[in-house]
Amino acid sequence: MMNKDTFKTIAADGLWRQNTGLVQILGLCPLLAISVNTVNAVMLALATLIVIVMSNVAIALLRRLIPHEIRIPVFILVVASLVTVVDLLFNAWFNELYVILGIFIPLIVTNCVVLARVEAFASKNPPLASAFDGIFMGLGVLWTLALLGVLRELIGNGVLLSGIDMVMPGAHALQILPEDYPGFLLAALPPGAFIMLGCLIAGKNWLSERGKRKAKERQTPPVSRRATGESPVTS
Amino acid sequence: MMLSSPHLREANSVPRIMRLVCVALLPGIAVYTALIGPAVLTQIFLASVAALFFEAAMLKMRALPVRRFLGDHSALVTAWLIALTFPPLSPWWLTVTGVFFAIVVAKHLYGGLGQNPFNPAMVAFAVCIIAFPALMSQWPAQGLTLPFEQQLEIVFGFSPRIDALTAATPLDAIKTALKTNALRVDNIQELLRSQNLYGTFAGRGWEWVTMTYLCGGAFLLLMGVITWHAPFAFVTSMAAAAAICWLIDPSRFSDPLFHLFSGGSMLGAFFIATDPVSGCSTPRGRLIFGCGAGLLAYLIRVFGVFPDGIAFAVLIMNICAPLIDHYTQPTVFGLRARESDT
Repeated sequence: MMNKDTFKTIAADGLWRQNTGLVQILGLCPLLAISVNTVNAVMLALATLIVIVMSNVAIALLRRLIPHEIRIPVFILVVASLVTVVDLLFNAWFNELYVILGIFIPLIVTNCVVLARVEAFASKNPPLASAFDGIFMGLGVLWTLALLGVLRELIGNGVLLSGIDMVMPGAHALQILPEDYPGFLLAALPPGAFIMLGCLIAGKNWLSERGKRKAKERQTPPVSRRATGESPVTS
Repeated sequence: MMLSSPHLREANSVPRIMRLVCVALLPGIAVYTALIGPAVLTQIFLASVAALFFEAAMLKMRALPVRRFLGDHSALVTAWLIALTFPPLSPWWLTVTGVFFAIVVAKHLYGGLGQNPFNPAMVAFAVCIIAFPALMSQWPAQGLTLPFEQQLEIVFGFSPRIDALTAATPLDAIKTALKTNALRVDNIQELLRSQNLYGTFAGRGWEWVTMTYLCGGAFLLLMGVITWHAPFAFVTSMAAAAAICWLIDPSRFSDPLFHLFSGGSMLGAFFIATDPVSGCSTPRGRLIFGCGAGLLAYLIRVFGVFPDGIAFAVLIMNICAPLIDHYTQPTVFGLRARESDT
């Protein structure tokens, strides 16, 4: 049903090639608003991940029953009910954090990443593949949000994992940079999020370009070998 | 296709313009140094070294000829403007951070000289005043003369920063009075006199620094480096806005002359609003640009939360510059106004 190659493609797409934050540039509102620190970012990304996986599976199961013409409202209804579940779970387990994340958990309904996966993948694929797609797209969201959160928290305040006690009682934030680090307020403010995301996208594009160049070089034999003319082998 | 401005009119090369701008800044630097002390020169040196380093590094990363572009002195002008707009006793890393944002982010990430939509020095100022509001508001107290070694120690962080070193600038004093609304004087001059902040016609000491910036600007005008439009509009609109507020309530607002010679007004009018890259390039456009910048600078410095409004005013007008240029293109020779629009 699902071979290794499709699995690999799904994983690579979610984590890197079609990364929602860096390539599709989707769902930027929570990405920029919540990535002030690592804990908030990771927890919101986890909530998004759960919603993506559940909605992908649900839609994949229902895909033959949903009339094509009204599929979007149906998708939204399914996603919204799943978000309500996650919203209640967060409220019950991480109440402090729930208050901080506030409107951004209900707003997962309108996160275009969720609808995009449902529309582009789950409505055309079997449940198992859809679940994998949901997991890896969600992990893609998770690592970009976490990286942005780590960078902004570290540059902005010189600490990591502040507010971790809301998720794991008793844990403490880590002071990474020296105590007298003056703090770079800009990184914690919205413009800092935009600048940092821009740098991440530039870095991703640079890495991809380099990868492509290297792949090309591997395909064509190096010039030097032909230029020396010592080896008579021609391919 | 419409040819985009600026159109080449004279043999003004970039290195020549930048050199002349540096020369025009010299008298201002001299008076400023006499007022504050050699810390000013330290900041200028620090900013210049950092700017040349970042410029060379970015040119190398972008695979451009380092020597040729480093020699156009544009990084140097940016560095000097940063050093002159930052508080002279700010720690060294603050200046270097500012220069980093100016050269790397505002200039090279946008495509280098000629491509930057925002004035690099003003980006540096805005970034630093948002990120480090406390440090960027610490101006040395009037009449404070520290020995050179002590100034160096403060800049390079070997000696603790003492609050008594710094004091409110004349602009700060006025703003505080406006906010607290607890004035017991008839006009703002008396208030400043009572705090020993008022000189002959503006802030004590600062008036002469800004006066020499004005002279430097006049020199640039004479040399044909800048045109009169942007500075004239800047000064006029700021004076007009100040005059209106002053006439309405002289006990809360200070007179136009004070505003023109306080803070960064003159530097902004002659050296920053006239930036050939991030400013407007049509004559009418420059008038609009200067007008907007002067008005916004007045509003931000009087009613805003920041000590001076020049940087934000210029950045806001920088965003508008392409639009202003688009609507103020001069009529093409030989066509009537309507036809040349298309």
